[in-house]
Amino acid sequence: MDFDLSEEQRLLKESIDGLLTDSYDFEQRKKYMKEKGGWSRAVWLKLAEQGLLGLPFSEADGGFGGGGVETMIVMEALGKALVLEPYLATVVIGGGFLRHAGTDAQKAAHIPGIIDGSKTLAFAQLEKNSRYDLFDVATTAKKKGDGWVIDGEKFVVLNGENADTLVVTARTKGDRRDKTGIGVFLVPANARGVTKKSYPTQDGLHAADITLTGVEVGADAAIGNPEDSLALIERVVDEARVALCAEAVGLMDESLKTTVEYIKTRKQFGVAIGSFQSLQHRASDMFVATEQARSMSMFATMANDFENAKERSNAIAAAKVQIGKSLKFVGQQSIQLHGGIGMTMEAKIGHYFKRLTMIENTFGDTDYHQRRVADAGGLV
Amino acid sequence: MDLAFTKEEQAFREEVRSFFRDNVPPDTRRKLVEGRHLTKDEMVTWWRILNKKGWGVSHWPTQYGGTGWTSVQHYIFNEELQSYPAPQPLAFGVSMVGPVIYTFGNEEQKKKYLPRIANVDDWWCQGFSEPGSGSDLASLKTKAERRGDKWIINGQKTWTTLAQHADMIFCLCRTDNNAKKQMGISFIVFSMKSKGVTVRPIQTIDGGHEVNEVFFDDVEVPIENLIGEENKGWDYAKFLLGNERTGIARVGVSKERLRRIRDLAGKVESAGKPIIQDAAFREKLAACEIELKALELTQLRVVADEGKHGKGKPNPASSVLKIKGSEIQQTTTELLMEVIGPFAAPYDVHGDDGSNEAMDWTAQIAPSYFNNRKVSIYGGSNEIQRNIIAKAVLGL
Repeated sequence: MDFDLSEEQRLLKESIDGLLTDSYDFEQRKKYMKEKGGWSRAVWLKLAEQGLLGLPFSEADGGFGGGGVETMIVMEALGKALVLEPYLATVVIGGGFLRHAGTDAQKAAHIPGIIDGSKTLAFAQLEKNSRYDLFDVATTAKKKGDGWVIDGEKFVVLNGENADTLVVTARTKGDRRDKTGIGVFLVPANARGVTKKSYPTQDGLHAADITLTGVEVGADAAIGNPEDSLALIERVVDEARVALCAEAVGLMDESLKTTVEYIKTRKQFGVAIGSFQSLQHRASDMFVATEQARSMSMFATMANDFENAKERSNAIAAAKVQIGKSLKFVGQQSIQLHGGIGMTMEAKIGHYFKRLTMIENTFGDTDYHQRRVADAGGLV
Repeated sequence: MDLAFTKEEQAFREEVRSFFRDNVPPDTRRKLVEGRHLTKDEMVTWWRILNKKGWGVSHWPTQYGGTGWTSVQHYIFNEELQSYPAPQPLAFGVSMVGPVIYTFGNEEQKKKYLPRIANVDDWWCQGFSEPGSGSDLASLKTKAERRGDKWIINGQKTWTTLAQHADMIFCLCRTDNNAKKQMGISFIVFSMKSKGVTVRPIQTIDGGHEVNEVFFDDVEVPIENLIGEENKGWDYAKFLLGNERTGIARVGVSKERLRRIRDLAGKVESAGKPIIQDAAFREKLAACEIELKALELTQLRVVADEGKHGKGKPNPASSVLKIKGSEIQQTTTELLMEVIGPFAAPYDVHGDDGSNEAMDWTAQIAPSYFNNRKVSIYGGSNEIQRNIIAKAVLGL
């Protein structure tokens, strides 16, 4: 039992915190938002230079063999700085599919481009009616010769506007809500039959709704077993949930810090409003909520390595519940304690609130995961 | 960062667990599960079993009978003790006055009191709170005047837990009226059998008798019963209250209660099926279990930090423990109320003789719910805890 970072992990944290302190203050972020695609290629290449894009890949694949704790450190830092770049979509999710189930050829085709920053990925999973059920897939992949023909509509694909490669879930067999018959396919974003409608999201990221019409890919496009990849999808999405938990902790840390600084300096009735007990208690409750979230983010990071998939999923669902409750409280109270200024686009706190809010509704909200834990027999 | 218990720690947990299985009197365990009060004999019997094993004062320095365990081992021991469940050591002796005596007392006092605390030859109670001094403890008025080789003590204490069993009291008394309020307090110990000590029971809303008022009327106490220096009592009190940072979360207690709720909810019917099959109830239960898991991890963070960096500088997360720990304990008693539904109402007509198994488990649920309102009040109310976080952690 040891919650301290190792020397190497401490250096990793210093390195990413340093990079973001230099190149990611709130004013710089505004500039990056206006760049093509809504994020900064220059920052992305800096992340690549420091080895952060290769962090979770094995050394054999050209990476650094980092584990869950390393990803947690990076995601917390990205959250703290409210980073726009597609680390989750490219490294955690896209990279996750390749790491867990990619063939040597698939790894060789995609991982080097991820690591050097030249290629990004996007996960095309959500459908009009699937909501949070990963097995609810209406998009089809039909066999044609050796390859596949994919048809369907995917929504709110993060980084879908910019990605070079899409990771698409599609059904090869069975009905929409069957748990078998689901495959995962690597689809070039410029393949014939792929059309995109791109837009900024509420929290300043960019996403796309993507239609696939008769998109033809080869046999080598399938990652894992094209007829039975739900377990793989759950594995990778669990990792994405864990990463989101860590990002949320970073966001909450910064929200609390910003809010406390604000109430120390904002004066009304001749005194700092932070001297009022009702505001002090609210801030204390924000601290409690943040610490509970941090504990569960660590728990989820640990659960990532559980061998039993049910226990892993249950623990990560529990973490997402705690993070969801904490982020709602911390996010809302950050705005409340800022008062009117918190309602403006000009103040940074509102942007933290918006990102936190979107995290709750990504890969399962609080109610969804609470039901999962309840149905799995609880968490004693 | 490595969040798993080591093999040695897991083996230690097994050792502790099997000792409890073999040595906790079954009736004592049953009463705790049902939320009943134990008799003095039942408690003392168990504590002496524990002391004989060498675990009675586990966290004391080894020269006074402690075990030398790591902070993680202490955590495991407490969790297993609470979740078995077995009675926890008498905090007033073992966690409060004991450490004050071995840290600030003289050799004679150590020799005289420590072994008797360990074996509960003396039952200790705590003379801190007064009718006018709750959260503002330093405003206390009980007076100790020096007359020759004696202290003459006059005043009143309240909320004195289990004073009806006590042989000894450690008492904060005002010894200097002119000093700033924190500076004129001394830490004095004396026999509850002294002439002039009167104990009057306070019945709490659960119908129980845990706490008392204690009156001092010209109580004569030998001068050598002062612990440490005169007028330094406030420092010792702060030391004492800061000593038990992690036990206060009572994670093991809530774990045991959640297991019980799950068990009962599988048996009690609602709408023709066990209440555990009711989705709304099940989700509420899961929500509480998740909160407890977060608290357990927060507690482990504090424990691991203490193990590594000593107790000098508390981990900021430690202030979370009291607030969340008490809230979760209260939620578990609410969930029990929900399981039992209309059968919360009957008064405990059967007594606790174990003769009516069908009904016995219901008898203490409402009283336990009422009684647990105390946990967010005692030990520094949760509002005081929030003040502490605001000042000490957030710098407000």
